[in-house]
Amino acid sequence: MTDPVRPVLHARGITKFFPGAIALADVELALHPGEVHALLGENGAGKSTLIKCLTGAYACDGGVVELDGQLVDPGSTQESQKLGIGTVYQEVNLLPNLTVAENLFLGRQPTRWGMISRRRMAAEAAEVLAGYGLDIDVREPLSHYSVAVQQVVAIARAVEMSGRVLILDEPTASLDQGEVELVFDVIRRLKARGLAIVFITHFLDQVFAICDRATVLRNGHVVGTRALADCAPRDIVHLMLGRQLESEVRERHGGQGGEVLAEIDGLGRRGMIEPFSMRIRQGEVIGLAGLLGAGRTETANLIFGAVQADQGGVRLRGRALSLKGPRDAIAARFALCPEDRKTDGIIGDLSVRDNIILALQARQGWARPIPRAKVEEIAQGYVRALDIRAASLDMPIRLLSGGNQQKALLARWLATEPELLILDEPTRGIDVGAHAEIIQLIERLREEGMSLIVASSEIEELVAYSTRVIVLRDRVQVAELEGGEITAGNIVRAIADEDREVA
Amino acid sequence: MIRSTSLPLYVTLATFVIAYALCASAYPAMLSTRVAANLLTDNAFLGIAAVGMTFVILSGGIDLSVGSVIAFTGVFLAVLLRDTSIHPLAAFAIVLALTTGFGAAMGAIIHHLEMPPFIVTLAGMFLARGAAYVLSVDSVPITHEFYDWLQDIYWKAPSGGRFRLTGALMVLTFLGGILVAHRTRFGQNVYALGGGAQTARLMGVPLGRTTIGIYAISGGLSGLAGIVFSLYTSAGYSLAAVGVELDAIAAVVIGGTLLTGGTGFVAGTFFGILIMGLIQTYIVFDGTLSSWWTKIVIGALLFTFILLQKGLTWATTLRRRPAPGSPMPS
Repeated sequence: MTDPVRPVLHARGITKFFPGAIALADVELALHPGEVHALLGENGAGKSTLIKCLTGAYACDGGVVELDGQLVDPGSTQESQKLGIGTVYQEVNLLPNLTVAENLFLGRQPTRWGMISRRRMAAEAAEVLAGYGLDIDVREPLSHYSVAVQQVVAIARAVEMSGRVLILDEPTASLDQGEVELVFDVIRRLKARGLAIVFITHFLDQVFAICDRATVLRNGHVVGTRALADCAPRDIVHLMLGRQLESEVRERHGGQGGEVLAEIDGLGRRGMIEPFSMRIRQGEVIGLAGLLGAGRTETANLIFGAVQADQGGVRLRGRALSLKGPRDAIAARFALCPEDRKTDGIIGDLSVRDNIILALQARQGWARPIPRAKVEEIAQGYVRALDIRAASLDMPIRLLSGGNQQKALLARWLATEPELLILDEPTRGIDVGAHAEIIQLIERLREEGMSLIVASSEIEELVAYSTRVIVLRDRVQVAELEGGEITAGNIVRAIADEDREVA
Repeated sequence: MIRSTSLPLYVTLATFVIAYALCASAYPAMLSTRVAANLLTDNAFLGIAAVGMTFVILSGGIDLSVGSVIAFTGVFLAVLLRDTSIHPLAAFAIVLALTTGFGAAMGAIIHHLEMPPFIVTLAGMFLARGAAYVLSVDSVPITHEFYDWLQDIYWKAPSGGRFRLTGALMVLTFLGGILVAHRTRFGQNVYALGGGAQTARLMGVPLGRTTIGIYAISGGLSGLAGIVFSLYTSAGYSLAAVGVELDAIAAVVIGGTLLTGGTGFVAGTFFGILIMGLIQTYIVFDGTLSSWWTKIVIGALLFTFILLQKGLTWATTLRRRPAPGSPMPS
């Protein structure tokens, strides 16, 4: 590519090794002045690693970074900031207890005779923020303002301190639609000022709304850089997922399912997921598809009550259900296998047996312990049924492989004999054999009449076991596919949103 | 306009005014300058120590060594002045250097070994108290003409109150503390540290230098408080000033500083000290109440202020737009 303008930042051949893995391989990234450049890729594609290499948080194992044609090698984030590369993260990295002005000027306060001049600091802060279209009382503590305003203050601080390149790492992840507009407005202003901006997000329509070009990473490689003006969302999704998406229609199984088990009516939570409704029948597997951050996990957590909804409700067999937390959900015979089994699922130091029995015992209450023999029987039964390979039931569960941990977790919830089983990424990080077994298990449970909701980023997998697929995009349910409509191609089309509305 | 962050300060101020008004209505004599002067003199050492404690608590830490350092300072001075012919001013300089260094060392341990301040300063508390015992188990009187001269410096108010040097020293310490806290980068860094150490580090706050500085200030001011205490009692005793650190913490909290750090005012601590002193004075005036009532009232006050802080935090977070409950997976 020959560009008329010299890039502000040009990284070439960036390579980074982690023990036993190549995190980045020969990555090239060129940022032009006045450009918003999207950095895209699924989880683990290497986006954060690349950012950390650029900002000096990691030392690269190979490659060079040029800033305005000069070779730079920042050794720390502080140093890269001085060079002109500022970063803003999803979590606002400012201090809520300080005032807006203090946050903006921390470490470089205007002083007079060795003392901080608070009046000048406030005046300058107001002036700076006015340049971002923000007219707020800078003497108020930062915590008085919404996350969006805090995010803009964070951007202002980064730009004021650096001023050449701005890296925005999922700045809109916890904002709602109106707030996103506020941040976009700021990005447009900065773009007009000639800054080079890297924008990382999982929301494709935001990418198309604000970005000029996009670089897509997959498994540590750059799979393509595209000018967004002449490509469709679908092309980007293809690049990200990188699979040859066959459009064969697979044989359908098991019809429409039985009677309605649960009805979800306008369940939602502000800033997390838009209200959604769905009906769950017995003997049905509902697949939740969507890119990362589209709201799959949020949907699962909301139905289970792990996160409190602020609107809408759930009806179980026509009766309204009060879901104040997982305990209520468990009492209603719901079960949830969470996505992150290491932090939300297994209790690493407890034995396999204790981990399996945990949910059942919790439902019974601590006052009525399950007899030892019964515990043994249940645990043994599931270990055999699910083929959990453990040297003994007494060994701590953290010593098991990922697949076996996952099966033990499934056993934990199956032991409670749930009517609705919610699985969030049940096949992440497990080997191929266990993968197939879990898919078989899902099929078997469905045939036995259990209702399942499965959230997964593996589209082929969803196609394999779902009787219905709900597609989420940007925290909104955008499509529902049934029967023969369930093909990988259709799901990708729905995710990519062929007729995209203007954000 | 009253900002919600400074509300605790106004509440403390109002509490002091109301309490003084109540006391004065019961005993009009409490309005005399004599009472005001004694309020300053009697609480001078506690006030000075509380300034240091305010910095520590603002940064989200705690310093339990304050009382012991005061006792050590007293004994050290008394023994030094008894056994050598060194001038008290030189002795002051030595002891201030010692206590500041002691505080800095605790700060360094807290920062570099990533130890909780509670444990480190607890060790410091035993260490300083032990060192005081090593110097002398008995109360050592201080008899030096310079001490007599210092104790005789006062300004006599028209109605008879004697404003002494130590009271003035406390007021000066508070003024200095206010300037440092609000008008220097170091002070801002203290607040930043209290708001969140990790974030502060990302924003470029030098954590090590700030932490060491904070505990050095607390140690140095404890030393100064020890000097004032020795002027007040004319003696050094290793069993003196037990639990003063807790009184200082109480004064800081009553003064409106959040124990979790990051929010509060040095000026608030001043009124916290005055409120505590006022309660004591009232009990002396009353004459029938046991002195333990001081503790009971302070306990009740502490509870009230903690509840008030909780309520304020709750009210201010409610006023905000709802923040997302949990971060998005990334």
